[in-house]
Amino acid sequence: MPDQTVLSLRDVTLSFGPKIIQKNISLDVRKGSIFAVMGGSGCGKSTLLKSMIGLLRPSVGEYHVGNENYWAGTDAHRTDLNHRFGVLFQSGALWSSMTIGENIALPLQMFTDLKPPVIRRLVELKLGFVGMLQAIDLYPSEISGGMRKRAGLARALALDPDILFFDEPSAGLDPITSARLDDLILNLRDGLGATIVIVSHELSSLFHIADDGIFLDAKTKIPIAHGSPRDLRDTCTDPQVHAFMHRERDDEEGNT
Amino acid sequence: MTDNTDTGPRSHAQDNAPQWRLENEQNTLLMVLSGTWQARTGAIPVFPKDGLPKTPDGYLSFQTSDIQAWDTGLIAFLWDLKRVAHNAGISLDMQTLPGPMRQLLELLPEAPDEPVHHKQPHTPLLEAVGGHAIASMTEVGVVSELAALTAKGAVQTILGRSRMRLSDLLANTSDAGPYALLIVGIVNFLIGAILAFVGAVELQKFAAGVYVASLVGIAMVREMAAVMTAIIMAGRTGGAYAARISTMQGNEEIDALNVFGIQPSTYLILPAVLSLIITMPFLYLYGCLIGMLGGFVVSISMLDITAAGYFHQTVTSFGIGQFIFGFVKSIVFGAFIGLTSCRIGLKAGRSAADVGIAATRAVVVGIVGVIAIDAIFAVIADVLGI
Repeated sequence: MPDQTVLSLRDVTLSFGPKIIQKNISLDVRKGSIFAVMGGSGCGKSTLLKSMIGLLRPSVGEYHVGNENYWAGTDAHRTDLNHRFGVLFQSGALWSSMTIGENIALPLQMFTDLKPPVIRRLVELKLGFVGMLQAIDLYPSEISGGMRKRAGLARALALDPDILFFDEPSAGLDPITSARLDDLILNLRDGLGATIVIVSHELSSLFHIADDGIFLDAKTKIPIAHGSPRDLRDTCTDPQVHAFMHRERDDEEGNT
Repeated sequence: MTDNTDTGPRSHAQDNAPQWRLENEQNTLLMVLSGTWQARTGAIPVFPKDGLPKTPDGYLSFQTSDIQAWDTGLIAFLWDLKRVAHNAGISLDMQTLPGPMRQLLELLPEAPDEPVHHKQPHTPLLEAVGGHAIASMTEVGVVSELAALTAKGAVQTILGRSRMRLSDLLANTSDAGPYALLIVGIVNFLIGAILAFVGAVELQKFAAGVYVASLVGIAMVREMAAVMTAIIMAGRTGGAYAARISTMQGNEEIDALNVFGIQPSTYLILPAVLSLIITMPFLYLYGCLIGMLGGFVVSISMLDITAAGYFHQTVTSFGIGQFIFGFVKSIVFGAFIGLTSCRIGLKAGRSAADVGIAATRAVVVGIVGVIAIDAIFAVIADVLGI
């Protein structure tokens, strides 16, 4: 089980029309690992995530989910593969016209034949995992930003995915809430056996939870380092990466 | 060994259905789990609320070696058990659970907080009617206040002390003016043509076909051009204003304006209202002309009238007073549509659904309001003898 690859990108180039965001991305995400996508603002971290969850087709390169070539199949095939994914969007992206409970119930209603009481029970369970049970009947506009993130996480867990994608999970959260979210992510990884891909530049949480990663450079538009954030911090000699990992101001590059 | 065995449901024919069995030995309970515990099968049993005997200082351990496959469905069952055990005063021996199950189960509260419910107070009918009446009166007041603030912003703009940006006004005006020409033209052309059709059928019986020109001319100038143009603008521009401002509300953009001390009434509403006040009279004049053209085309092709005859009959049929009447109406319509749609946008809630509600409401209020104001104008015109 440990060295099984669940996601792999080979020489992927991401672009919007003629504008290239990142090129030559190759990476392997091992089963059960927490994989960090790092880099300064505007380097294409979120774009890479977008491509990995099927919202942006790479202009060059291959993307494999398990043994399947993700972009080679039909739309329906991709939808099936997407059911292995759970995504926590940057600001939660809860559907604002539904209560928190309905948000989590919707995928279950659409893609399973479960009866309403069973769905309700699973919704309560997922909210219980993230400590949000009391908010089940509230609307997203009635809860705080941190609660919205946790509710978004509960929704990402709705279909028991084995691959979770988190876009900036701790952005905009206070240190205590953010640390709790980190522990929750670790617990869910260990409990569910899920693989997690996380886009973040919160160093403390990356050092705490991530065990593999990739570092994207905004200037050269290629990945410049591979490895876990802790290793990159201690051993990487690239000045950019070093500056990022040690929170140094890199005067030649502007801010990182 | 077992003096009291409580057995869970075994009705499922497949031998890998989720099964549980409770073995009781003095004060030590053993929960034996077996089978496939997957949420998607929908076969996850509920642990009964009275499933555990009340035994303070009791102890419950698990035997999970016969479980073939599990996911969060099993955790749902264990959570039931955890809550029942908590109420019965029995502690769970978490060490007998495999690591992943234990970690997930430990996340879950044993005595969950009561969910916060949405309060939907029941109001008696009379109170509801009264409440609505008061709310609509308040709304009239708020819109008037907004109109006053906007007018004040306009005065300040003229005095050169305001913060309305000319570029906003230009952008709004070009959207409400030139870009609306096509649809206003099509609708007014068809209205003119329809009026001519209806008139021609009747007037021809009296050999008074030439009066179709008067009919179309008077109808377009007095009523139709102004009202139809206003209805189009209510749907097109009013709805857009409401949607835009309510989206800004949802993004906290209005809050940001307020914090900077930029009055939304001057910055947002004034250019919106002003652009409609500027464009509506021109659109009205254009609508009149196009409507008459529509009538002309139908008359020439259906009736025995010359182009010159139609033109002569048209210009002699209405005076300048009626033009001014239509002109004034179109300005009032423009101001009304601009103000109400902006107000509806500002009042909207902050969710995606609220944007839709605001846009719909702006269109409905705009159309109904325009027709109601037109009726008031008709009464005034009657009294004044225009």
